[in-house]
Amino acid sequence: MTDMPAPRYLPAGESALAVEFGTTIDPKIHDRVLALDAAIQQANFDGVTETVPTYRSLMIHFDPRRLPTETLIDALTRLEYASKPALRRQQRWHIPACYEPPHGEDIEEVAAFLDLPCAEIIGLHVSARYRVYMYGFAPGFTFLGGLPPELTIPRRGVPRAPAPPGSLLIAGGQALIASCAMPTGWYGIGRTPIKMFDPRREQVFLAGIGDEICFERIDRAAFDSLSMAAEAGAFFARCEFLDGP
Amino acid sequence: MQGRLRVLRAGPGATIQDGGRFGYLRYGMTPAGPMDWTAFRTANFALGNNDRAAAIEVTSGGLETVCEDAPLWIAFAGGAFVWRRDGVELPKAARIRLEPGETLTARAGDFGAFAYLAVAGGFDTPVVMGSRSTHMRSGMGGIEGRMLTAGDFLPAAAPVRERGGAIFEAMIDAPWLDRDPGPFRVVLGPQDDYFAPDSLSTFFAGTLTLTPAADRMAYRFDGPDIFHARSYDIVSDGIALGAIQIPGDKKPLVLMADRQPTGGYPKLGHVARADIGRLAQLRPGETCRFRKVSVAETRAALFAREDEIAATPQRLRPLRRAFTSENLFESNLIDGVVDPLDSERSEGKL
Repeated sequence: MTDMPAPRYLPAGESALAVEFGTTIDPKIHDRVLALDAAIQQANFDGVTETVPTYRSLMIHFDPRRLPTETLIDALTRLEYASKPALRRQQRWHIPACYEPPHGEDIEEVAAFLDLPCAEIIGLHVSARYRVYMYGFAPGFTFLGGLPPELTIPRRGVPRAPAPPGSLLIAGGQALIASCAMPTGWYGIGRTPIKMFDPRREQVFLAGIGDEICFERIDRAAFDSLSMAAEAGAFFARCEFLDGP
Repeated sequence: MQGRLRVLRAGPGATIQDGGRFGYLRYGMTPAGPMDWTAFRTANFALGNNDRAAAIEVTSGGLETVCEDAPLWIAFAGGAFVWRRDGVELPKAARIRLEPGETLTARAGDFGAFAYLAVAGGFDTPVVMGSRSTHMRSGMGGIEGRMLTAGDFLPAAAPVRERGGAIFEAMIDAPWLDRDPGPFRVVLGPQDDYFAPDSLSTFFAGTLTLTPAADRMAYRFDGPDIFHARSYDIVSDGIALGAIQIPGDKKPLVLMADRQPTGGYPKLGHVARADIGRLAQLRPGETCRFRKVSVAETRAALFAREDEIAATPQRLRPLRRAFTSENLFESNLIDGVVDPLDSERSEGKL
């Protein structure tokens, strides 16, 4: 298959199994997680109820009546899949981002810590290409890889007051789009009017795991008008398939 | 006319819960659902409902309701809550017919933190993303995504047709809901190798106390420190019900119904699903122990518990109203309940 080590099959109780491909944040590891996820969906295992991809492992939830852990592990070891997902077409999402006050209220703190001008922080953040690695925290909280290493800043020791929905957060070498206001140890450097999660919308969640995200800088006036459009359900975000039309 | 329940008073945290919100875990959605699935299922099965019909989850803050418009067949179970109809005490688990104008109240009893009040056909509150379960943090499900409050109306989903057959008021003989001080069974992993071996022995040898930091999301326990052999900050992976996380403070945190589906602390093991309802019934200050078992053992325990609960309809003992000699066994007849919440019909179980 590849030169990557074999995955570890780690039971999480009698009704779930973690398949671990590594312990670090690495696109190659994440590719394997998504490849297994796609292969499981394609194989349509009886008894698998839900799968949850994360940075470095796939959590498989199942009904132990229909599928005992041992049978599942046995089937997985015999399942053939490539090192990259075959099934799902990746999309690239263009997410408008506003870095003007009052949005991104922590940017000066970040600038001071990193000893970089605010303009450079914004330039680095807006020009990078990100991959959606996983969701967590709360519905639609989007964890991104691909933050430029210059923007690596440790998490706060004590969480700050809740950052507003749509906050673009950074910490620990990762980037995050917040879907709702939550207290966090991360730093808010901008904000998008896009709702990554909206239960009233037909497409409740936008980006799939493995999709690409790029930010497009907007000013405060554009933020305000797009916010209203997003609130009315009239706008979410532009996207295209990565492998052509 | 359709019967409904009006809330006169609800203690903090009373919510509508069904089987849970599944299918969106990968997007960070919390599954919610009942804290004690064993009591939730017992109440539903006593009415011929399926195992996911929406019910009220009552907390130690209690509940006061009144039946309106038409009679309601209801059932309740969980812990040793004290239930009263128009002030007259009922068994701690029972199925009764509530007449319009009759009140039904619950308050916490000798043990237990959650009880369930189910109605024939299930409560018909709005379905949000496939479920009626309330998740208060994201404001979804139930009544406007919040806890119940005085003035809420809760309609039953199905009109109860009473013609022929035999439905009677009954106490539910459910010994699986009795207080049981036995250890909670635990399967090791996925990150048991993040802990020193003697730390694992410490965990299984110790007596742990539930702290006041216990809510629908997680139960924090106090006990001997559990030392990590490596970092306690792992790259996030998936979380299942009953995960025992050990964060930096070295104290166990058991993840419950409102868990988030991914997280970043090492997980020593998972509490057996057969035991998670019993664990949910602990109150702050109560103590417990944990015992290591195999996956095969917890699976067998789960099946045994599920089978026991599935036999609830055979464990109904006729109940006589304490304040009259009337025996409702003969007066109330029903031939079944249709559950429109689901394609599965649950007729004939009553």
